Amino acid sequence: MAEEREPPPLPGVPEPQDAEDLFVSAASAMEDAERSLSPEDISSSSNGPKAEPMLLDHDPDDLFAEATEEVSLDSPERQMILSDGPSPAITPVTINPRADVFDRSPDQDEDEEENRDTFDIQISVSDPEKVGDGMNAYMAYKVTTKTSLSIFSRDEVCVKRRFSDFLGLHSKLASKYMHIGYIVPPAPEKSIVGQRLGRRSSAVTELDPDAKACLCCRYLLRTVKQPALLKDPDVLQFLESSELPRAVSTQALSGAGILRMVNKAADAVNKMTIKMNESDAWFEEKQQQFENLDVQLRKLHASVESLVFHRKELSVNTASFAKSAAMLGNSEDHTALSRALSQLAEVEEKIDQLHQDQACADFYLISELLGDYVRLITAVKGVFDQRMKTWAKCQDAQVMLQRKREAEAKLQHANKPDKLQQAKDEIREWEGKVQQGERDFEQISKNIRREVGRFEKDRVKDFRVVIIKYLESLVHTQQQLIKYWEAFLPEAKAIA
Amino acid sequence: IFLCVSPQQEGLDDGPDFLSEEDRGVSFFFPFLISVLSLSSYCVLCMCVSTLPNFKQNEFSVVRQHEEFIWLHDSFVENEEYAGYIIPPAPPKPDFDASREKLQKLGEGEGSMTKEEFTKMKQELEAEYLAIFKKTVAMHEVFLCRVAAHPVLRKDLNFHVFLEYNQDLSVRGKNKKEKLEDFFKNVVKSADGVLVAGVKDVDDFFEHEKTFLLEYHNRVKDASAKSDRMIRSHKSAADDINRIASTLYTLGTQDSTDLCKFFLKVSELFEKTRKIEARVAADEDLKLADLLKYYLRESQAAKDLLYRRGRALVDYENANKALDKARAKNKDVLQAETTQQVCCQKFEKISESAKQELIDFKTRRVAAFRKNLVELAELELKHAKGNLQLLHSCLGVLKGDT
Repeated sequence: MAEEREPPPLPGVPEPQDAEDLFVSAASAMEDAERSLSPEDISSSSNGPKAEPMLLDHDPDDLFAEATEEVSLDSPERQMILSDGPSPAITPVTINPRADVFDRSPDQDEDEEENRDTFDIQISVSDPEKVGDGMNAYMAYKVTTKTSLSIFSRDEVCVKRRFSDFLGLHSKLASKYMHIGYIVPPAPEKSIVGQRLGRRSSAVTELDPDAKACLCCRYLLRTVKQPALLKDPDVLQFLESSELPRAVSTQALSGAGILRMVNKAADAVNKMTIKMNESDAWFEEKQQQFENLDVQLRKLHASVESLVFHRKELSVNTASFAKSAAMLGNSEDHTALSRALSQLAEVEEKIDQLHQDQACADFYLISELLGDYVRLITAVKGVFDQRMKTWAKCQDAQVMLQRKREAEAKLQHANKPDKLQQAKDEIREWEGKVQQGERDFEQISKNIRREVGRFEKDRVKDFRVVIIKYLESLVHTQQQLIKYWEAFLPEAKAIA
Repeated sequence: IFLCVSPQQEGLDDGPDFLSEEDRGVSFFFPFLISVLSLSSYCVLCMCVSTLPNFKQNEFSVVRQHEEFIWLHDSFVENEEYAGYIIPPAPPKPDFDASREKLQKLGEGEGSMTKEEFTKMKQELEAEYLAIFKKTVAMHEVFLCRVAAHPVLRKDLNFHVFLEYNQDLSVRGKNKKEKLEDFFKNVVKSADGVLVAGVKDVDDFFEHEKTFLLEYHNRVKDASAKSDRMIRSHKSAADDINRIASTLYTLGTQDSTDLCKFFLKVSELFEKTRKIEARVAADEDLKLADLLKYYLRESQAAKDLLYRRGRALVDYENANKALDKARAKNKDVLQAETTQQVCCQKFEKISESAKQELIDFKTRRVAAFRKNLVELAELELKHAKGNLQLLHSCLGVLKGDT
């Protein structure tokens, strides 16, 4: 059965003094007990509300027993424990698959063989160091991979990567997988556009190396969580090979960068002009849901960032008040009151540290999660857009076919036997294209359903775990507050 | 004397308990809010119960405006008889600017926010307004109580008129000319103050008090400013939590997965905790910030007393020198002698009462700090425990849900 690894707890709350070190190497354990995700497995959760949290121990036979449809059954996707910390919050629960939830059909495409190995993989991104100097200086990060997977050549690999390498990996994966409907985790961002409260305009802040390391680590973890991506040679190369060809095309102002921008603009225009005749209500519903989710998550993210900002401000102001109170205590000539004021100053100083820690928890737990999900949803929307594009292609092919048929009919009337043959060939060609287009569309729709299901399950789990962790951090803060004020109260009462 | 100050409102019965506003519906509140904010001052209702024989009735109430309090305060300051006392500091001018601004913003932004958000913000605004209102009224009350508690000041005629005369006192605010005069007076006074402070005092007690008060006053000023900033940040953080709660609620209603219940529960939790956080900030404001602000003003009043004494001392010494000169020249000796006598008496009178006043000041200060610090700690504890309980129960539900 799957064994659970306990990665080091997320910093910032129980051990404030270790905060800095732990931030830098955010490690996470992932486990897949029995099967990896195979592309033909489909689980679409069209009515998601009853979907239960993923479990760690699972008996595949239960599923088989309750399956009412055909052969290829859905495999319970092992949920990777993304975030750290003990997970008593998640008690293993058996999945009760419902027939209506799963939409299965035997897949005609080539299958990936089911991997029954138990595998685990640990990735950490740490030790940002500056390499080179002057204009060509850059930050290099150490990427450590510990794994027992067979597809990796070694148990433990340690490579140096720079930020543009991550971007390069992403662009390769996106070009390979996005158009067939896989949700590719979005690239880590160099800087964040933060939105501060109301009046203040959005400020672009360059992330500090430690935060970037965290971001990159989370990016890699999400990438390898997807079994399809995990087996991708680019990913393997990224994690294993000591030298990586420099991804130049990720620079914003390079030729490739400009091309990307042009493509993005073209896509945006196309999106507006493609009027898709949506036959599947599921997709329409899902798209709407993701739109709403996007709006709300962005709002939430902005509010949380504001909270982080204000808590940091509170911490600073409390510290300066503490100093001021100490000074006041010094100049007070009544001894007992003077002592009490000094004590007050000490309490406030401790509280300021508390606020500081809480702000860190706010940020690293909630704010980062929200930021990730905002970006992920953009990727999801991108995948939906790809489906639209595929449909448009299919439609175009059908239109062409129709035209070719009409042309052939005309030629038959005109009785030009030589051109007729050409016309027949063209018709065959376009029939083929139409078939291919329809197949593509089918495939991408299927993939998307599965991906969205997986995404939703991940989302539920992630949010649950993180929110519970966050509440626990709040509990800790309050407990500390009580401790401090309880210590102060007798001092105040002792003023004679 | 039992004094209670409460706001005067049209249509409200004149009860001492103005807190019953809270029970009144929102629809009443807003018209009141607007009408108050458009005035530069507001009406204060004084209610007085007294058993002193020179009051005509036992219980009476009058309506007074802020300017009239200032008039009363200034009349004390200008009265030479009271030179030897710490004049209770005047209450600060009621400041509803912040509320006014927010009200405006609310009105402007009404179209852009949802009905729930609007109602929420309106409630917040009302709570804030009420809090400022209560504070301002309390400060006016403290001023009058201090006067009433003072053995000499309570007998002041102006004070009696202030409490009894149930017509408008026709105290107008100072016009431009008078304000300019005041300004120059202050400039002269501070320059003089420096001169006077430079004179070393023979009396150890006063010398010590002078150094002490100077330093203390500056530090209290600093502490007061810093505590204000700290509390403002706290309020901002509470506001953020409010927004987060709203968004979580929306997420909860929209979400199609299991998370919907989760979000709703957490949203509920944050609603409650942010109310507590807002209370924490409000209590810190009352017990800490207001305490410091008050002692900032009192220490200034004490400094003023020392200044007056120092002035009297300088006058006395000058009169002595003048007397010596007159005796040497044998000219206007009698006059010089009288002046010197007057100065001497004035100085001694001030010194005597000043000493007692300063000792009382210290006692009052220590008592006030003790009371407020104890109450602050108790309130912080109460709120933290409340918060903790909410968090525990929510966590229990959430964890049990899985």
